[in-house]
Amino acid sequence: MRARYLEGARAIAPVGVAAGAFGLSFGVLARTAGMGWVAPLVMSATTFAGSAQVAAASVLHDGGGAAAAIGAAVMLNARYAPIGISVASAFEGAVAKRLVQAQLIVDESWAIALKRREGPDVRVLLGAGALLFVCWNGGTALGVVLGDSIGDPERIGLDAAFPALFLALLVSQLRSRSTVGTAALGGAIALALIPFTPAGVPIVAGAAACLVGWRR
Amino acid sequence: MSAVWLSVIVVGAATAAFKATGPVLLGRRELPSWLAGPVALLAPAVLAALVVTQSVDGDRELVADTRLVGLGAGAIALALRAPLLVVIVVAAAAAALVRLF
Repeated sequence: MRARYLEGARAIAPVGVAAGAFGLSFGVLARTAGMGWVAPLVMSATTFAGSAQVAAASVLHDGGGAAAAIGAAVMLNARYAPIGISVASAFEGAVAKRLVQAQLIVDESWAIALKRREGPDVRVLLGAGALLFVCWNGGTALGVVLGDSIGDPERIGLDAAFPALFLALLVSQLRSRSTVGTAALGGAIALALIPFTPAGVPIVAGAAACLVGWRR
Repeated sequence: MSAVWLSVIVVGAATAAFKATGPVLLGRRELPSWLAGPVALLAPAVLAALVVTQSVDGDRELVADTRLVGLGAGAIALALRAPLLVVIVVAAAAAALVRLF
């Protein structure tokens, strides 16, 4: 049984390094955004979703206020509702247990769990999610402590690592004509909306491309 | 309450609720058949949208910057059947190299 958790952790390990570095850059950004040092740590532990946290911190940094920060982050994380539904059947046990375990769902742990040829396994998702949680929170703590005494993580190409990661995970999903068509449609919708909508909307609207699978 | 803490609390609560919707409300029940088709196609749709937004999104405009170079290098590594770690490192290294010059 423990093997499945380890399988997830091992599969996600390279991403864990990137998540740690990303967490570090969030910590640095949060400090410069005037979030203090407790709030970023609490946010990384409870929200545990990189892009939304960075979006919220950037808005606060630019003086955008709470409503704009919340709007951007909530929009970005709305995708976790359909993502959670897609793996719901893998979760078992009491409601409280499922509620806690579901918090380890992030894009990467979800995609790794779906990538298995044998079908999604919640233990793979939890193993991967737990490792990412440790890396993300450790990175945030380091970033908060070190503040801006460290350079810009983009110098090491961190921002290019994530699209490549998602591309690799996407390719592993392209098993049929309908998945290829859906991916093309989802990508096209996101591309078309980027100039016109707030962050997060292109992802949620792109996700709606899955509706082509309605009643087939 | 400060804007910072209000954001931390509301975003945290909303995200927890989004993540828990499926696992808590649906649980082990089978997906209704009309929902099963779309859900099976959700992963490619979301991942494709993430690839696009993470590579060309520039705060309400499309930007072509070094992230695309990294993504291209990662795609070549992927086509050569490189493992995930190699794909990520190649993408980051390519972007970092271009940024040096």
